[in-house]
Amino acid sequence: MLKFLKLTFVILIFCTNSFAGADGELDLSKDSKPIKDCFEPLNRATFALNQSLDEAIIEPLAKGYRKLPDPVQRGTKNAVTNLSNLITIPNNVLQGDIKMALINTGRLVVNTTLGLLGTIDVANKMGFPKYEKEDYGQTLGVWGIGPGCYVVLPVLGPSTIRDTAGSFANVLGGDPWYNASVHGNNEFLNKEIFIVSKALNGIDFRANNIESLENLEKNSIDFYASVRSLYTQDRENKIKNNQRGNIEVLYKDDQDWEEVENQ
Amino acid sequence: MKIKKIIIILLLLDFNFSYLNSMEPDVFVQSTVNRASSILSKNISKVEKINELKNVAKETVDIRGVGFYSLGSLRKNLNSKQKQQYSILFESYFLKSFSSRLAEYTNPEINVIGKETLNKNYTIVNSLLVATSERPEIKIDWRIYTKNPESPLIRDLIIEGLSLARTQKEEFSSILNSNDGDINALFSALKEFSKN
Repeated sequence: MLKFLKLTFVILIFCTNSFAGADGELDLSKDSKPIKDCFEPLNRATFALNQSLDEAIIEPLAKGYRKLPDPVQRGTKNAVTNLSNLITIPNNVLQGDIKMALINTGRLVVNTTLGLLGTIDVANKMGFPKYEKEDYGQTLGVWGIGPGCYVVLPVLGPSTIRDTAGSFANVLGGDPWYNASVHGNNEFLNKEIFIVSKALNGIDFRANNIESLENLEKNSIDFYASVRSLYTQDRENKIKNNQRGNIEVLYKDDQDWEEVENQ
Repeated sequence: MKIKKIIIILLLLDFNFSYLNSMEPDVFVQSTVNRASSILSKNISKVEKINELKNVAKETVDIRGVGFYSLGSLRKNLNSKQKQQYSILFESYFLKSFSSRLAEYTNPEINVIGKETLNKNYTIVNSLLVATSERPEIKIDWRIYTKNPESPLIRDLIIEGLSLARTQKEEFSSILNSNDGDINALFSALKEFSKN
């Protein structure tokens, strides 16, 4: 109960900050405008640092990971995805989507037991609906809180004030996997296992995007701005739970397209 | 009376002719994709592939329209000389960027699965890039400009919900914002990209 109160408090505090970051304006329709980059010089420096780290450590690890046999890669991906259900389910509830919370609970139980600790996606084979991750940042967005300023976090990469606040919720009681492994006082789990699981999640993502990121960097005149735009668009889609390529997204900037007629 | 008949026949012929000439946006996308796919699967060098892809892009993409969209509200403030210079630089940038992005794929299989008309000017065509052992299935939507139904043109690609035109527009906006809205800074960046 105390943890829940702490979590609620922190969310409220950060919500206030995110409003401040957005010049005190709360306007959901602003989502379609480019995000405010209040700390751009610092963000660009952090982005450059992250690129160096990526080049020196993360990309080589991701390339090594890609050399592992397919079943190992698939099993790892399935296991870390299964763990993410522990964050998705409470967020389904917070967003009022009880049906999806129940479906994801079923998915978690099936995959953790029959799927050998989540390494096999049995639920998918049984015909469960496609899994969509949810997090506290998305929940804050669904509740009507704007993204605030764009930030680039060291190692973790692109985020916003709102999404960073959401990430803090994980370590303040919002992530059962974190609670069990770091504060669980049990002989099976510990902090190192938690860190490894998060690192594997990151490496798996990086391994799946080696070519696309290389291609994007090579063909951008401002790689930093491209990444910022893609991150923002992706978060907007996730918060609106859009079917990918939903017509609502496509209508965006229609006015701009129409104005082009007059050129 | 004869004249009346002739006019009616001419009108009917004209109607049939324009009907035959108009191209459905989904057919247009599938045929464009097939052309690109056949180039990518050819046993020719990467440079040759890029050159052939550039020709396809020139015929099927509204490069000028995409360019002015990418410029954002600044397009309203340019004089005709600047607009002309921008169009030339943008075309060169776009063709290089677009064709070298595509040239990374070998024999991609894209299937058109549906379309939705937004208004008389735009239709969204939905397609799927078929999964391979190296990548999952990817959803690609195409914003097709249909103002002239006889000659539809591509204006945007939305890959898994991410718009390439919007990304490009925000990229250009970032360069302009960092240089107090100076269009010459964008001209230099476009020149630099096309040169390398």
